[in-house]
Amino acid sequence: MSKFKKGGKKELPAISTASLPDIVFMLLFFFMVATVMRDNSLKIKNNLPSAAETEKLGKKNLVMFIYAGKPSDSYKDMGNEAKIQLNDKFADLKDIAPFVAAERASKREEEIPQLIAALKVDKETNMGLVSDIEQALRKVGQLKINYTTKKGSGLK
Amino acid sequence: MAKRSAPEVNAGSMADIAFLLLIFFLVTTTIEVDSGISSKLPPDEIIDPPIIKQKNIFTVELNKDNQMLVEEELMKVKDLKAAAIKFIDNGGGEGTDGTKCNYCNGAKDPSSSDHPTKAIISITHSRATDYETFIVVYDQLVSAYAELRERLAQKMYNRSFKEMEASVEDSNSAEFNSDKLKEKIKKIKDMYPRIISKAEPK
Repeated sequence: MSKFKKGGKKELPAISTASLPDIVFMLLFFFMVATVMRDNSLKIKNNLPSAAETEKLGKKNLVMFIYAGKPSDSYKDMGNEAKIQLNDKFADLKDIAPFVAAERASKREEEIPQLIAALKVDKETNMGLVSDIEQALRKVGQLKINYTTKKGSGLK
Repeated sequence: MAKRSAPEVNAGSMADIAFLLLIFFLVTTTIEVDSGISSKLPPDEIIDPPIIKQKNIFTVELNKDNQMLVEEELMKVKDLKAAAIKFIDNGGGEGTDGTKCNYCNGAKDPSSSDHPTKAIISITHSRATDYETFIVVYDQLVSAYAELRERLAQKMYNRSFKEMEASVEDSNSAEFNSDKLKEKIKKIKDMYPRIISKAEPK
């Protein structure tokens, strides 16, 4: 019927898909190696401010994270005040000292001076809470801190 | 009787399984590295505050309405960096070691800071100031120091300060952990030390 099928004796050989799993596995291994699992699930809003003069945080295992911000929508019953979150729980200022001690205890001795406390604080938090956290860190001698920010210019 | 060869296992669904895993890892991956502004807190000891001349202190005050007062006058954040550079780089007198600042490009105004090693930037804020405002201001001050260090590095070693710091860290570079380069970086940092003091909120 159609002109095009006239000489159609030869059929196109099917493309072999045998190497497809290999390609997919290659990608899979890449992502498995590059993945860093989120170890904390956030219970607070955490919209970080942006800054231009940032430095990369080095080794991940030498960083302890202190989150702060207003409780997120699913934790409305905690009130509307900004709160601190350590690991997976809401915390108080007095919980910071044991938290730092626990972090230190889990590291080798020569690594302790290199520990950095990264403050991941929501944009809209009051500075009062931030300086309370800083005072608590000073009391336990955790002096290296980092204000974690997004990359970009904060100037509007 | 001839042995029957084992039937071949159909591997057609292997790709599906691999895809499933791949998608899982794609979704859970966060490749980005955290970055931020590093800072160091003062140790928790009571020491007698040294006597500092008022002209060597650059006060930045953030009030509860997120307004910025620099030297008790209202200022826009975009003008802060230039003002800070002008203050740090003034070089109107002698430094901590008693010598004049021979690398400063400032106005040498005797009523402003004496020397970059003596110039102190003091941030005070109210408890109700937003964290974002503080970070923006802090970032501007840090970048004022970065610009001065950059300029000095260009003048002294004819290369970028950022690039110098990067090559010490980078294990692929020829100058990885080089003591010579570390020495140079330290020299520049000492010539423009970042002295930002953060007072407790009132």
